[in-house]
This record gives sequence, C-alpha cells and structure tokens, in this order.
Amino acid sequence: MKRRNFIYLAGVGAAAAMFPAIPVIGNEIPVERALEYIDPAVKKILSDVALNAARSKGATYTDVRVGRYLNQFVVTREDKVENITNTESYGIGIRVIANGCWGFAATDKMDKDSIAKAAELAVAIAKENGRLQSEPVKLAPQKGYGEVTWKAPIEKNSFEVPIKEKADMLLAVNDAAIKGGADYINSILFMVNEQKYFASSEGSYIDQDIHRIWPTFFITKIDKATGKFETRNALSAPMGKGYEYLNARAEDKIQTASGTLYKGRYDMLEDAKQAAVQVGEKIKAKSVEPGKYDLVLDPSHLWLTIHESCGHPTELDRVLGYEANFAGTSFLTLDKWESKKFNYGSKEVNITADKTETGSLGAVGYDDEGVKCGKWDVIKDGILVNYQAIRDQAHILGLEHSQGCCYADNWSNVQFQRMANISLQPGKQPLTIAEQIKNVEKGIYIIGDGSFSIDQQRYNFQFGGQLYYEIKAGKIVGMLKDVAYQANTQEFWNSCVAICDQSDYRLGGSFFDGKGQPMQVSAVSHGSATARFNKVNVINTARKI
Amino acid sequence: MPILTQEQAKALLTKTLSYSKAEQCEINLSGADSGNIRYARNSVSTSGGTSTNSLVVTSAFGKKSGTATINEFDDASLEKVVRRSEELAKLAPENPEFMPFLGPQKYGPESPTFSESTAKMGAKERADAVQASLEQAKANKLTAAGFLSNSAGISALMNSKGLFAYNKYTNVAFNITVKTEDGKGSGYATKGYNDFTKLNAEAATAIAAKKALSSVAARAVEPGKYTVILEPTAVAVMLENLFFDMDARRADEGRSSMSKPGGKTKMGEQLLDERVNIYSDPWHPELPTAVWSGDGRPQEKVNWIEKGIVKNLYASRYWAQKTGIKSIPTPGGAIMQGGTKSLEELIKGTEKGILVTRLWYIRPVDPQTLLLTGLTRDGTFYIENGEIKFPVKNFRFNESPIIMLNNLEELGKSERTVSAESNINYILPPLKIRDFTFTSLSDAI
Repeated sequence: MKRRNFIYLAGVGAAAAMFPAIPVIGNEIPVERALEYIDPAVKKILSDVALNAARSKGATYTDVRVGRYLNQFVVTREDKVENITNTESYGIGIRVIANGCWGFAATDKMDKDSIAKAAELAVAIAKENGRLQSEPVKLAPQKGYGEVTWKAPIEKNSFEVPIKEKADMLLAVNDAAIKGGADYINSILFMVNEQKYFASSEGSYIDQDIHRIWPTFFITKIDKATGKFETRNALSAPMGKGYEYLNARAEDKIQTASGTLYKGRYDMLEDAKQAAVQVGEKIKAKSVEPGKYDLVLDPSHLWLTIHESCGHPTELDRVLGYEANFAGTSFLTLDKWESKKFNYGSKEVNITADKTETGSLGAVGYDDEGVKCGKWDVIKDGILVNYQAIRDQAHILGLEHSQGCCYADNWSNVQFQRMANISLQPGKQPLTIAEQIKNVEKGIYIIGDGSFSIDQQRYNFQFGGQLYYEIKAGKIVGMLKDVAYQANTQEFWNSCVAICDQSDYRLGGSFFDGKGQPMQVSAVSHGSATARFNKVNVINTARKI
Repeated sequence: MPILTQEQAKALLTKTLSYSKAEQCEINLSGADSGNIRYARNSVSTSGGTSTNSLVVTSAFGKKSGTATINEFDDASLEKVVRRSEELAKLAPENPEFMPFLGPQKYGPESPTFSESTAKMGAKERADAVQASLEQAKANKLTAAGFLSNSAGISALMNSKGLFAYNKYTNVAFNITVKTEDGKGSGYATKGYNDFTKLNAEAATAIAAKKALSSVAARAVEPGKYTVILEPTAVAVMLENLFFDMDARRADEGRSSMSKPGGKTKMGEQLLDERVNIYSDPWHPELPTAVWSGDGRPQEKVNWIEKGIVKNLYASRYWAQKTGIKSIPTPGGAIMQGGTKSLEELIKGTEKGILVTRLWYIRPVDPQTLLLTGLTRDGTFYIENGEIKFPVKNFRFNESPIIMLNNLEELGKSERTVSAESNINYILPPLKIRDFTFTSLSDAI
C-alpha cells in the first residue's frame, strides 16, 4: 500500500513535500465538465480504429481501454481551504499480443491517426520484446459480451454537489475539532469517477461508470508542558459510493463504550468532535506494558491486517514471482494450495474474494480485460483453497475462466492483476462487540488503522491503530498508548477464536494500494466484523531522543 | 513529441502569457518522453512508452487564485486555458496564505542534469540491457525480476513579474532482484543515473546474483540490539524520513521530530553525532539537480546538518515570511558526507555485527521520535572477527534515524544510491551503527 502519494497531495504527515514529487493525477478542469459523459458510440468508433490497426500489424489479440478518469479533492486545514482541485485524464491504452508477447502503448491524442499509430507501437514493442520471452502468453478463454453497460448504484453523484458545500462541510468539521480541544486539523474530501470503456478483439464493448469517495481528517493535539503530541485520524472508510456516504442515519451508527463507530455511512462532524476528545485522552493514556494480549480488533482496524496478510499473499502474480523485484512474493506457494490442507487460519476463518459487493471500492461489472466479475472462497474453514487470478494466469490454477482481477489505474498504464475485495466473513453464531470484550481476561481493543509494515513474503507484520483500550476481566478499564502488535501471519490467523455476527460486518479499505513498476494504485475494500485473536505479541513503541 | 528547447519553451510561454488579463499570472510548462521494460521469471512481462506535455496556468486577483491545465498547444487552446484559470480565480475563496509571484531571480550556472545518451534511448536499448541482465542470471542458474526505465524531459516557468526559468533533465533507473532456483537465496541491486552510458545492467545483476548465492541457508539469530553495517541503499530509506521531517512549519507547530516544548525547534541544536554532515548541492557532479524549484526560488547549496547540528529547515515562502526565517525550498536530493573506508574495510574492522544490504517496507511508528519499522531483505549476513560468517534470516526492526545517527560508529565512502521506497536519488555512505534494534524474525526470503 502506497501512502506517500496521498500524503503529498494532502500536504500532511511527515513526508510533506521535501522533494518535488507531487504526482500528476490528470489535467485540471472546471467542475461542470466532470458532469459530461462521453457517448459510448464515440468510444466504440475510437476502439475499432485501434482494434483494426493492431490486427493489420499482426496482433493476435488486442484490447482497448478508452478511459476518462475524474478526480476532485478539497483540502483544508483549520479555518482555511488550502486546495480545491478538479482533474481529468482522458486517453486510450492499447494492449496487444504479437509473436506470443504482450505489448502496450497509450496516447491522449484522440484522433484516429494517433490511435492507429499507438496501436502500431504496441505491436512493435511486443515484437521487439519477443526475443526476451521464454514462453508465449496463454489466455483463458473469454467470450465477447457485445455492447453492455454497468453503473455503480450510487444515490448522489459527488461531482454534482457544489464545491462550496463541500468546503463549508470540511470547515465545520475543522471548527468542531478545534473547539473540542484539537490544536490542528487537516481534512480532505476525495472523490473519484472512472468512466471506462473496454473493447476487445473477442467482441466485447463494455461501458462502465464507477464512483468512489473518501472523507478523512488528521487531528493533532500538543501537550504544551511536555511538548508531547498525539494524533487521531478519522474512522471513515473510503467507499465505492456517492455523496450519500456522508449522510449517516441512525442505523449507520454503532454505539460502543468507547464511542460511535460507522457502518455503511459516515458522520464526519460527529467523528471530529469525538476525535478531539479522544486525542486529549491519548496524551494522558498509560504507556502499554509489552507482552501477550488477547486482541479485539474493530473492522476499522482489521481491514488493513486482512489487506496485508491475506489480500496480498493470495495474489497469484506475487505467488508466481512477477512482483519479486518490487512488492514481493508470497508464502502461500502453489504446493500449499495443491495440498488442500494448508491451515492458513483457525476454523473460524473464512475469507472471500468479491468483485461485486455493493458499495465496496473494488465493485465493478467487468474487470479491465473484459471478464464478468464474481465472488469466490480464498480461505475456507481456515484452509487455503484459491487465489486471485487474471486471464494469462488462469491456466496455472487449472481454471477455465479468469477470476476477473485485472485493473489499470489509468488509460496510460497497462492493466495487470490487482486485489479483489478480500473480506473476513462474520461469525455464524450471534455475538456482539460487548460480548466479545466481556469474554476477554487480559486484552486490548483496537480501533482505527495506524502504522503498518509486512515482509515481502507476508509472514511477519507489525500494526498500530488509532485508539487502544485496555481490557481487564471483561471490562474496558482505560486507554493505552505506544501499542503495536507483531505476529506471523499463519500464527495470527490461527489465533482467531471468535468473530462477531453479520450485524457488525463493516467495510474498511484503501484508496491507494500500490503495486507494479511503474507503480500503479488501486482501491480495494475489506470487510469484517469485530474479531478476537488470542495471545498476540504487543510491543511498546515509546522512545526517547 | 521531442522535448522543447529553451527557446521553444520561452516562445510558447511568452505567447501564453500574452493572453493574460489577471493581476498576476504564472505558467509552468513540463514535458517528458519516457519508456520502461519490466521482467520476471527470466522473461519480459510488461513494457510501454508514454509522451506527455502539460501547461499549468495560475491566475491571481488579490489573494484569490485559480489554476487550469492543458496539453494542447494551439493558439485557441492557450487562450482558453488562460481564461479558464482566470474564471476559477474569481470563483475561489481568498487564501490568506497566498504569496505574490516572484520577480526575476538570479540562478547559479546550469547543472548537468541532461544527458544526450539517455534522451536517445528507445525500446531496443532497453531490451538490449535487459537481455544482458537475463543472460547473466541464466548463466548462474538464477531467476531474475527487474525493471528499467528512462525519461527525458523539461520544466520551464514564466510569470507576469518577469521571471523565466528552464531546465532539461534525463533519468535512468534500473533495479533487479535475483533469486536462486530453490528460492532460498535472494539478492538486490539498484542504480540511478542521469547518463544511461553509466549504467551497467550486467554488473548490477552480478552484484544481486552474488548476494542471492551467498544468502542461501540463512540461520536464525535472536533478535535484539546489534552493531549493524547498513549498505547505502539501506541508509537511504532510513535517512530520507529524517529529510522529509525537516519542514520549518511542522517544527514550529510542535508536531515533528524537529519540535521542542514551548513552540521552539531543534534548529541550532546538536541533534546527531558530530560526524554527521548532510547537505544538498544542485551542482554536485554525481547528483546534479535543477537550480530552481517549482515556485521559482533558486536552489543553492544548503547545509542541513553540520557536525550533527541542525543548520537549516525548509519552508514555504509564506511560512518563511511569517516567521522571519530564510526561505529555503525543498531540495532535489541530499548528500551525506562519508569517510574513506570501503564497505569491505568496515566489515573487516567489525568484531561482531550484522551486514544489512537492504531495508524494506519502512513505515513511521511514532512521529515524535521518528521511530520507524521495516524489515531487512535480499541478503543479511552475520559478521564475526572482520569476516562475513554466514547469512542470517531477515529481521524486523524498530529504530529511529535520529537515535541511529547518535549511535554512529563509523562512516564509509559515499556513493550515489536510490531509495527503493521513494525512488529519490541520494549520495550516502555505508554506516556502522551500534545498538540497532531488531524486534523479531521473519521467515521471508
């Protein structure tokens, strides 16, 4: 997961702009232009130009992505709007197989001549690289769907909401936090609309409209006497939703002894108010005594552990070594899958891959190589049963179809295997958060995601959070700080003893999961209910300088 | 589209500026041609080429500003982008921190950031380099995964106050991970240059191959505090987090490792061992960078840490004016003064220790102390009596670069290296550090 890009954009965090590395997301545009939608008929004509040009130069397979990627972000701090940006990126990416080798080229010049030239370049690159290829690309069969469409089921298009309304909302959030005792707050509203058109030489013409939103904030409070400071980040989740995500109803809130948690929709103002109080409590909190604790992990925290320790190691390209030079490989090697008895986790652990879950970041109708998306088991009753694959990998698993995990973050980048929504299924027996905590003798209840790091094969990890509550004899007795837990993936998931029921199931996720060279980001959700893990190693992270 | 010359850039910017009706107008022009090739499992996987150009126009009326961008350069488009930026400026809220644009600046002599050899690279040159790398790996019965990318580009700036700046640059980056057939050994190498002719992909592959072959059958050593020797690539990912934290505003606000109680900062304080000297220099022959920053401020040679004392923090123009400190932009790279010893000599002088060739997945744990966590990767070795005795299993560490640079034992000779986390190039020495904190073991190879 790559956070630096986001940190640069937001202008917050330790890495704020030492070096001129602000990523170019696209060209800035006026707000109203984001509401225009390009006629699929036009995109079909442009796609056919590329398909024909590539075929005439000797491509045996071609796919074309005409993409319009819209981003809007509103960045504020305290009583100031720091930045309002609308960007658009529009162009065409053409991927071919020639001489059994992949080739790719992209252009933002959308005239027929430039598109044909880009298609020819893709074929030429494939042919040049053919000499470095050890075996020809083998694609899983895929029928053409003809002309089809898919639209994310949003209630309110974020791009239709006036910028002023968004800026005012963030400034109100900031005001509440400062009045509540915070010294600083940065708040950001990030919105994405991907208008993607896919066409292939196999007869698919797929038009899709995808929306994502992420409201978030970062609060800091400083103890003037000691100079010590603490932070508390928002408990929101990035979602595959429209602006309705910010209109939380009573049923979207979960009241707990430690405050309000959010499910499906988010109350940013309320969270900022409680964050301002909690950040003060963090300063006064007891520094944790290192040792073994039973951990009760909230979905706002657990999503990231799922992402790193299950999402990534079950990506088939990592398993095979395609990411060996960058993101790493995987301990979940093919022999473990073939054995059908590798106990990744305890019997409580059921993890699914799902590209269709409504409101999730990864939900689409079809992936970026034109495969209709679905849902499948990855870990079943604790056993590794499947991976996440795309068309040129499916044959390795003996699959007749791709699992639809192909994605590119822009028309200008080549698509490759990216993570589906990977989620821990809720427990089958009724179990509430309060009951989870009541059953713990010596433990820590962790809410929100924090520091994260995992090795390149996904064995050893360390995670922090936003809020840590000490549990003694079934009761929360106070807040802790300086907490991080370290574990081995297999040991950790085998220590999972109880998962709350469906009523507590919530999504967390990442807007900026990084992978590939050149690096691409992708957005992905991870669902879970509050889960308990026994006797996990907790370290104390306080130091003196 | 070939990159624009200084004259072409100036003409384009002058024409665009002529359409402006705003109180102030500033235009940034950038363009690059780039290409890449990626390989894994001893075979090419993906590759591609892109060409981009972009004109960013910022118009301002009072403290209201608006920005618009375009990648079409005909007259109508140029006028349109200027008008659009003016419309956006009129709609924008007032930004109390908006600073008027800079007038003409005096920059130092041009820095050699551009190399003709890199600008001429194409798919064939990339494929040739990768072929040499693959042959080297295959000859040793190893499996290689690597990435080679190159770019040539320009940046230029002109504004209504009479400022003009231009820079052209090239970059080439190569990195490779080599594994043994049984997957029990792994090695890495990374190289970054402005000049493609300096890249020897075969030699870099040989370094990675040697590490892969010698890291097989790693033994588990108890985690704890160890004397370590960090190769420059490992030093880069630790120290850059310190560089990223040298922002004056965050220090003044009391929320960085550079802050002190009572709203003070660590400027002028002995923060690190007195042998630590860190500076930036746009004209360093091994790491040339642009002589002006994106907002037009001159880039000069800056001492950030001198004899372990914090000498400068960077600041936005607004913050510098508000607080009365020198307005120093963020630099294009950083250099740490090294010693004279080679890595081998550092190892030779070590009684007991761990050689760390690479650190990975570095994340902040505590911003106050700059505590970081991450892991060793691609070749970690036990040193005894001045010799590498055996490879060891990878560790997770929890350590702060500030604590680390107070536990400095020895510095080796500096060399250009690349951060595998940020892709930023630096000149850094290998460092020998005592009491480096490893907190657990990892089975990863």
